[in-house]
Amino acid sequence: MLMGLYNDWVVVVLMMVGFYIVIAHGNLIKKIVGLSIFQTSVFIFYISMAKVEGGTAPILAEGISQYSNPLPHVLILTAIVVGIATTALALALAVRIKEAYGSIEEEEIQKQDNLDC
Amino acid sequence: MGVAIAIVRMKDLFAVIMLSGIYGLLSASFFVAMDAVDVAFTEASVGAGISTLLMLVAISMTGRSEHPVRHKPVLALVVVIVTGGLLIYGTLDMPYFGSAQAPVHQHVAPRYINDSMQEVGVPNIVTSVLASYRAFDTFGEVIVIFTAGMGILALLSVLRRPRKTAGDIARDTAEIDSLNDSMHEQHLILRIVSKMLLPFIMLFALYVQFHGDFGPGGGFQAGVIFAAAIILYTMLFGMSTARRVINQSFIQFLAATGVLLYGSVGLVSLLNGKNFLDYSALSADPIAGQHLGILLIELGVGITVASVMIIIFFNFAGRRENSQGNNKT
Repeated sequence: MLMGLYNDWVVVVLMMVGFYIVIAHGNLIKKIVGLSIFQTSVFIFYISMAKVEGGTAPILAEGISQYSNPLPHVLILTAIVVGIATTALALALAVRIKEAYGSIEEEEIQKQDNLDC
Repeated sequence: MGVAIAIVRMKDLFAVIMLSGIYGLLSASFFVAMDAVDVAFTEASVGAGISTLLMLVAISMTGRSEHPVRHKPVLALVVVIVTGGLLIYGTLDMPYFGSAQAPVHQHVAPRYINDSMQEVGVPNIVTSVLASYRAFDTFGEVIVIFTAGMGILALLSVLRRPRKTAGDIARDTAEIDSLNDSMHEQHLILRIVSKMLLPFIMLFALYVQFHGDFGPGGGFQAGVIFAAAIILYTMLFGMSTARRVINQSFIQFLAATGVLLYGSVGLVSLLNGKNFLDYSALSADPIAGQHLGILLIELGVGITVASVMIIIFFNFAGRRENSQGNNKT
């Protein structure tokens, strides 16, 4: 009976994998990859919500009465492109941090900051 | 899912990024299976294409290996497991997968599905929701993309370069030519094949742009594909050649033009006494107005997305070239 929820569980596992990478790893690039996994899990959550049993892609055509919900598709479509733009911004910050500190490891950056004080 | 777990274990960032590309492609095919063709289109070009590429450029500047974690990640693991457990508990109240009675399908979605043909006249419901019903949202998204592009420009652009003299430019040109000659022998097959493919990629991008009303596609996807064509060219022929083909300030100008085009469509309808982005102001026949409005707006979106992606890539690559140049001297 609970098999109807397996898609949500996949989303939760993916989200937690991303979350784990973000909090447990010190490397900034790795953190960004983790964030994008987290982000994709949200995309999958929305898209799997939009699915209707027996429905088809939301493009109107003759002889089809059941469509998937188009609204989540719109939201996620734009979210993906916005996501890449913000990811690129994060990568740009990482590059600048590397230039300023010579490292993108969280611990080493912290150490250098402590020395400065 | 297996791929995601492998990403956690890997220390070599190059492998991590390759895996995340595979992950993007897999989620794109998942979206196709879920009938979200427009989304799959975007995810395939963004998740598997451009984001992988940008991350590769970034690690080429920041170094490729990750330091081993020194402290034990037990605390992090506990936090993750507790949060995950709570979320799973929360899903028990969720509607079952594929159920047509789920609350998401009850409110505005039936109107979009049943009435959009009469109200907007575009077969692809995703496009009509994106560009007509929720055009104001999409305007916001485009502005976010534009702002991110500007942010990257501010962070990475190399403006404080000493002004070039005529002698410098001549030397640069000679350098480019000699570089080109040596590269020609290295990547001959790649270059010729990609040269043959480039017009088709661009043509496909335009098709996706203007066919978005009827099939999957639209400004967002087309912009990304078009940018991918330019980026492919840049990767194979080098930054300096690409700079001679595409003027950077022109691209920056285009990014702003796209946003302005979108906004001015809204202003035209305001000036005609309708609501912001109400396309019935554009033409006497509401359906024709909708078509015109959607076309213009998608064009604005496409121009902005393509040029912001190109700006992002050029700035990353230009930064990299600069830092290498400094290392040499």
